Amino acid sequence: MPEGLQQGAQQILANGVPISWYLILSAVLFTLGVAGFLFRRSIITVFMCIELMLNAVNLSFVAFSNMHRQVGGHIFTFFVMVVAAAEAAVGLAIILTVFKNRGTLNIDEVSSLKN
Amino acid sequence: MEFLIITVIKLALIAFVLLTALAYLQWVERKVIAHVQVRMGPYRVGPHGLLQPLADVVKLITKEGVMPADVNRFFYLLAPFLAVMMALISISVIPFGGTIEVFGYRTNLELADLNVGLLFILAVSSMGVYGVALAGWSSNNKYSLLGGLRSSAQMISYELPMSLAIASPLLMAGSLSLREIVNSQAGFQLGFIPKWAVFSGPFPQIFAFIIFMIAAFAETNRIPFDLPEAENELVAGFHVEYSSMTFAAFFMAEYANMVTVCSVATILFLGGWHPLFPMPYSNFVAPLILAAAGALCFWHGMNPARPMDKYTLPVFGVVFLGLAGLMMFPPLVPALMPVFWFLAKTGFLLFVFIWIRATLPRFRYDQLMRFAWKFLFPAALLNLLVTGFLVALFA
Amino acid sequence: MDIFFFILFATIAVVCGISVILQKHPISSALSLVGVMGSIAVLYLALGAEFIAMAQIIVYAGAVMVLFIFVIMLLNAGAEQAAGRSWMAQLLGIPALLAMFGVVAYFIQSYFGNAGFMKFGNFKGGSAQSVGMALFTDYLLPFEVTSVLILVAILGAIVLARKELD
Repeated sequence: MPEGLQQGAQQILANGVPISWYLILSAVLFTLGVAGFLFRRSIITVFMCIELMLNAVNLSFVAFSNMHRQVGGHIFTFFVMVVAAAEAAVGLAIILTVFKNRGTLNIDEVSSLKN
Repeated sequence: MEFLIITVIKLALIAFVLLTALAYLQWVERKVIAHVQVRMGPYRVGPHGLLQPLADVVKLITKEGVMPADVNRFFYLLAPFLAVMMALISISVIPFGGTIEVFGYRTNLELADLNVGLLFILAVSSMGVYGVALAGWSSNNKYSLLGGLRSSAQMISYELPMSLAIASPLLMAGSLSLREIVNSQAGFQLGFIPKWAVFSGPFPQIFAFIIFMIAAFAETNRIPFDLPEAENELVAGFHVEYSSMTFAAFFMAEYANMVTVCSVATILFLGGWHPLFPMPYSNFVAPLILAAAGALCFWHGMNPARPMDKYTLPVFGVVFLGLAGLMMFPPLVPALMPVFWFLAKTGFLLFVFIWIRATLPRFRYDQLMRFAWKFLFPAALLNLLVTGFLVALFA
Repeated sequence: MDIFFFILFATIAVVCGISVILQKHPISSALSLVGVMGSIAVLYLALGAEFIAMAQIIVYAGAVMVLFIFVIMLLNAGAEQAAGRSWMAQLLGIPALLAMFGVVAYFIQSYFGNAGFMKFGNFKGGSAQSVGMALFTDYLLPFEVTSVLILVAILGAIVLARKELD
């Protein structure tokens, strides 16, 4: 095993998980959210990918709060959760209205403003 | 390592006691409802129907599990699993008694003392909605979809007054850990009134207790709020397409939820494992009650109402007298008394659940939702405001 | 021990996240998202954010996602049909995403590579008491503004979703 890898593994076992790993996990989840947002067709799934992106951001806030030993990151996470809940309520109401008027949940078919 | 072994032993003990209690809770319910309706209830299977739960388990296991056509298999099988899992997980943070010492090992009588224990119970009961919603949807049946949607809407609507009713004694106790909440209700005021949350503090939490109990009836889908699983309205609602073990799973989840909310009500409002009157006298309550039960069994055994009672009732009498003797045994008293008081209070609340099931008719769905949003939620909010104001003034 | 929990729940989160974007039926996506939220809640617990972890499960996984599942069941949303996508999107899509992820990961490693380690129990400031203190002293104005925000959202949802009175 290369020397640097063994040293890194020992360091992790002794000290705990590096904070950058949490941030990379947050980046992975955010990327997955962006992928779903761009590639999926059903409006509800697109909305769920937005929630996935918000969760990824929350995770990085909490990781930073742990890193700086302050509670401010938790407060911001709390506010993001509140905003996400409010947004989910209004967004789903909009989806219901669109479904009532257009009869479809496919975002490609709700394009009557296009030329 | 020693912590792990002790926890595994406690886990096995609690699991065994809980599962037996769930089975016999069903027996108790059938007997109580029967006696309210002036009939006998299960009587033939074993003495006084005591083996009836065993017969039911055997029947449910050996029944044919019919899976309807065109169901989404994964969700159809996941739903009862989720329901039972959430119902049983919430028991893990409930403290049953004080600290006991066995063979030199001190341990608290609970599985895990989280310092956000109360939020954990709320979280797990929020997740319990998924079992019901998925069961209703995945059964490919319009009655069960309606029942599932109604039941989920009812459960999330009543979570709000329940959370606000929980927040009020929390203001008085000052901690989210269940053990701390019980410890803050220790002691007696004026010498003989216990300092339980319903009797004490700047604002006695009697309204919060009533609101919590009403919301608990709705959360566990019990009468008078059981329209989503009513036999005569919705053909048993969201669990109509489930048979044998999956149906038993929903049944077990409902009783486990009942036990959880009664335990939480006991801990928050009725003082947990603290006795009703001061210490040296209250140690005699348990042996007295058990001895009275034993004497009653003997007396009815002497004048039997039915022929088999001549043999079965004296045996029960001996068992009760033996338990009474156990409760008076001095080394065991400090360990057993708190558990007795906790079980007595929880058992009383469970009896109230069963009593109300035998007595009240059920609400119509719109009456139920209107009651939650237009009466119970503002009442709980008002209670929280008054409690907060008085706690800020006097504490 | 920390590393074991992190790897386990990070793997569950990523697998559920991939399942969110790859599943055909919206209900499967919704349940996978609940799985993501649950594993993120466990990671919050490992990071010492106990109040936020419970709030995540109560609010996000227990209310917002139930709302999603309600809407999917009410609208009877079926499985998505796989329609044709342009070959350019398919060719460039995944590599572009991997490139974006690579750039972000490189920046994270270079700026925060020595940011320190996380051990369970080294941050005790995430209890309900400290969050409550901060919310009601330093962050009081945003807290009150969020209550107005929730009121606006409730009004909006009611107005949008009601039946038209003729």
